[in-house]
Amino acid sequence: MTAFLEVSGLKAFYGQTQALYDVGFALEKGGITTLLGANGAGKTTTLRAICNMVRAEGRISFDGQPIVGRPTESVVRLGVAHVPEGRGTFTTMTVDENLRIAAYTRGRSAKADVQQDLDMVFEYFPRLKERMQQQAGTLSGGEQQMLAVSRALMLRPRLMLLDEPSFGLAPLIVQEIFRILRRINEESKVSMLLVEQNAALALDLADHAYVLETGRVVMAGPSADVKNDENVRKSYLGY
Amino acid sequence: MEQLIQQVASGLANGAIYACVALALVMIFVSTSHINFAQGEMAMFSTYLSWQLIQWGVGYWPAFVIAVLVSFVGGVLIERTILRPLHTAPILSVVVVFIGLLAVFNSVAGTIWSYLIKEYPSPFPKEALDLAGLIGAHQVGVVIVTLVVLSALYVFFRYTPLGLAMRAAAQNPVSARLAGVRVDSMLALGWGLAAAVGAVAGMMVAHIVYLEPNMMGGILLYAFAGALLGGITNPGGAVLGGFMVGVLENLVAFFGNVIEKQTGVYIIGNGEKLTVALIIVICVLTLKPSGLFGRVVVTRV
Amino acid sequence: MTTASPADTAAHESVATPVSTSVTSGASDRWAWGLVAVGIIIPLLGYVVPDIVSDYRLFLMSTMMIYAIAVLGLNLLTGFNGQISLGHGAFYGVGAYTAAILMDKVGMPYWTLLPIVAVVCFVIGFLFGLPALRLEGIYLALATFALALAVPQMLKYRWLEDLTGGVQGIVLLKPEPPFGLPLSEDQWLYYYCLIVMVILYWAAANLLRGRSGRAMMAIRDHSMAASTMGIDVARYKTITFGISAAYTGVAGALSASAIAFVAPDSFGFFLSISLLIGLVVGGVASLAGSVIGGIFTVLVQNSSQSLSNFVKSDLGLPFDLSPYSVYGILLIVLMYVMPTGIAGGVAIAWRRLRR
Repeated sequence: MTAFLEVSGLKAFYGQTQALYDVGFALEKGGITTLLGANGAGKTTTLRAICNMVRAEGRISFDGQPIVGRPTESVVRLGVAHVPEGRGTFTTMTVDENLRIAAYTRGRSAKADVQQDLDMVFEYFPRLKERMQQQAGTLSGGEQQMLAVSRALMLRPRLMLLDEPSFGLAPLIVQEIFRILRRINEESKVSMLLVEQNAALALDLADHAYVLETGRVVMAGPSADVKNDENVRKSYLGY
Repeated sequence: MEQLIQQVASGLANGAIYACVALALVMIFVSTSHINFAQGEMAMFSTYLSWQLIQWGVGYWPAFVIAVLVSFVGGVLIERTILRPLHTAPILSVVVVFIGLLAVFNSVAGTIWSYLIKEYPSPFPKEALDLAGLIGAHQVGVVIVTLVVLSALYVFFRYTPLGLAMRAAAQNPVSARLAGVRVDSMLALGWGLAAAVGAVAGMMVAHIVYLEPNMMGGILLYAFAGALLGGITNPGGAVLGGFMVGVLENLVAFFGNVIEKQTGVYIIGNGEKLTVALIIVICVLTLKPSGLFGRVVVTRV
Repeated sequence: MTTASPADTAAHESVATPVSTSVTSGASDRWAWGLVAVGIIIPLLGYVVPDIVSDYRLFLMSTMMIYAIAVLGLNLLTGFNGQISLGHGAFYGVGAYTAAILMDKVGMPYWTLLPIVAVVCFVIGFLFGLPALRLEGIYLALATFALALAVPQMLKYRWLEDLTGGVQGIVLLKPEPPFGLPLSEDQWLYYYCLIVMVILYWAAANLLRGRSGRAMMAIRDHSMAASTMGIDVARYKTITFGISAAYTGVAGALSASAIAFVAPDSFGFFLSISLLIGLVVGGVASLAGSVIGGIFTVLVQNSSQSLSNFVKSDLGLPFDLSPYSVYGILLIVLMYVMPTGIAGGVAIAWRRLRR
C-alpha cells in the first residue's frame, strides 16, 4: 500500500539556485508528520514544492495521484490546503470574505454547506466569529494565524500543510493553536504536514518526524525516537 | 449663473465617461500594476464596431450590447495571447507593448473606417430636458448609463463569489491560488470587464466628440488623472476622481472665460484647460500622494 | 515575511531592470573607441562611394546621434535613477526653442549655444524635479505626461508669441562648417553631432562609474536603504533630473540646428513616447543601449512606410497594413523577443555563445 502523501527524490530550484537536493518522506492518512531543520534547510521549500509554488523535480504523489507540475490551484482543489508562512491574509477584506474565498471552488449550489462549515470553523475558533465583519488586516497576529487555519479548513482539505504556525506569536496563543490543530486532526480527520522552528512543540504534536539539513533528509522516524536522539536533542531541543 | 450650472452639468457628463475609463484602468492596475495605455483605443475600436452594426441596420441598443460582449471577449483574448507571456517582463517593456497595441488599434481602425470624422447617434431624445433647458438629454442619459454600469459592477465585486475571487486574486495572488482560485483566469476576466466598461464609455462619448480613431486620446489622459486623483487602488475613489476631473476641466474653462470677459485679459482658454486641470490634479497629488481616497500603502523593507 | 500584494510590490519594484551591473568595462571601452573611429571615417567614404554615403544618409545618421543623446538623458533619469518620465520631449522642445530664440532674436552663433541650453534645461529639470520628489512610479508618469502636453501649448501661448513665433515656429539657418573646412553642410552637421555625442557619452560613463553614479543606482534599487547609508536622496534625484533634462535639451538644440526649423507641435507627446520607446527598445540602464535606441527611433520612422509597402506588394497580402500598425506590431514583437531591449538581448545572446 502506498502512503497518503509520498515524496521521493525531490529537487527544487529558485531560479538558478538549487534549494532541495534529495528529499523523500511519506505521510500516513490521518497522521501528523513534522519536518524539522535549521533556517535554510529547505522545510518551507518542501511545502512549496508540494503545491507547485517553486520549480520542482522528482516524485510527489497525493492519494495515489502524481501532482508534480500541476498548477497550484488544481493541487488545492484535490484537497491539499497550504497555510503559508506569513499567513497570507487578504488584509483589506473582512474576516467573513477571507473565509468565503476558500469556499469559492465549490460553486453556487453549496450555500447551506458553506454555512455549516463556517459554523464548524467558529466552533474551533470562537474569537473569529466576534470579528466577522472586521477588516482582516486589523486582526492580531494570533487571530490572523487562526484565520489562516480556518481558511484552509473551509477548503475541506484532506491534507493540511502548515508552515510555522507559531511564528511571531506569544507562547500562550501558540499553545492554544496547537491544541486546536490536534482537535482538527482528530475530529475532522485531516492529515497534517507541519513545518516548525519550535521542535519541542512539533514533536509533541506529530507522530512522525523528518530532519532536513541543506536540502536533504538526514534523519527520520517516529517522533518519540527522534525526540530521544542525542543530536536532535542538542541541535533542536537545546538540552 | 445659468452658464455655470450648464458647465457643471456637462462636466458631470464628461466626468461619467472619464469615470468609466478610470475604472477600467483601475481594474487592470490592481491586479497587474500596469496602466493599460491602450484602453482608450480599445474603447474606440469597440465604438466603431457598434457604429458598423448600426450602419448595417441593427438597432442602437442591440448594437450596444453586442459591442460590449465582443469587447469583453476581445479583452480576454488580448490578455491571454499578448500579455500572458509577458508576466515576468520589466514594467517599461509592458508599457511599450501597450503603446504598440495602441498604434495597432488606432491604425487598423483608420484603415478600415478611415480617419474622417463620423456622426454617432445618441439613443436618448433630442430635446433638452425641462430643467430650464440647461441640460441636454444625452448628458443625463450618459450619467444614468454610467451609474447603472458602475452599480452593477459594484454589486458584482461586492456580493458574488466570482467577484470576491477576482478581488482576492488581485489583492494577493499567492493566497488566492492557495484558496483554489484560478488567478490566471481572473486576470483575463478582469481584462474582459475592463474592455467592456471602456466600450460603454466609448459609445457614450462618441456622440459628444464625434467618432474618429483619435477620439479617446484625451479621454484616456483625463481618466488616468482621475484614477490617480481618486486613488488608483480604490475603484470607488477612481470613479469619483473621474467625475471630479470632468467638472474641474469645465470650471477651469468657465473661469478663464469669465476673467477674459471681465478684465479683457486672456489667461486660460479652451486650449489650455486640459493642461491647467492636470496641473491642479498634480498639485493635489504632491500634497496627497496616494490620491484623495486611496489607501496609503505601507511597504515592509 | 508576508506575501506582498501587487500594489505593495509595485511601490517597491524599480521601474528599470538593469541589463548588467557594470556600466562599462575595459573591453567595451576599446569597442567604444573603435566605433568612434569608424564614425569619424564614414563621411570620408562619401568621396569613395558617393552613392552609398550620400548627404541625406549622413543627415539621417546625425538625427540618430541627436536622438541617441536625448535617449541617453532619459536613461540617466529612468534607467539609472529609477524615475520614469513620459515627458522628456518637453525638455527636448525647451532646448530647441532656447537655441532657436538665442539664434533668431539675439543673433548668437550656433556653436556658443549648447552650454547655455544645457544650463537652462538643467535649471528647469531641477525645478521640475522638486515636486517630482513627492511623486513616484505612475504618479510621476502622469506629472511628466502633463509636462509633455503643457510645453507645446506654452510655446503657442498668446503672450509668448513674439518670442516663440506661435504656431508658425521659427526658421533658422543650417550651421556652416567653420574655419573654411572643405565639408558640406551635412558632413559638418554629422561631425558636430558626433563630437557632442562622444563628449556627452564619455561624461555620462564617468559620472556613472563614480561615487555619484553608485548613489544614483542605489536610489533606483532601494531608495530607503540608500538614505540609511547617508545618501542625500532628494539632492541626487533632483540633480539627476536636471542633468537628464540638460542632456535631452542639448539634443533638442542640435535638432533645431539640424532641421533649421522649430515649431511647437514637433515637441508633443509623440516625441516623448518615441524617446521612451527608444529607451526601452535600446536597453534600459545601458549607455550603449541609448545609442541603439536613437538609431532605432530614426530607423523605424523612416522605414515603416517601406515595410508597409513590402508587406502589401511583395508578400502580396490582401489588406493594407499602415506604417503605424507596422510600427505597433514591431514594438510588440521586439518586446517578446528581447524584453530587456536590444542591448539586453545582445548581452544574453553573447553570454550564451561564450558558454
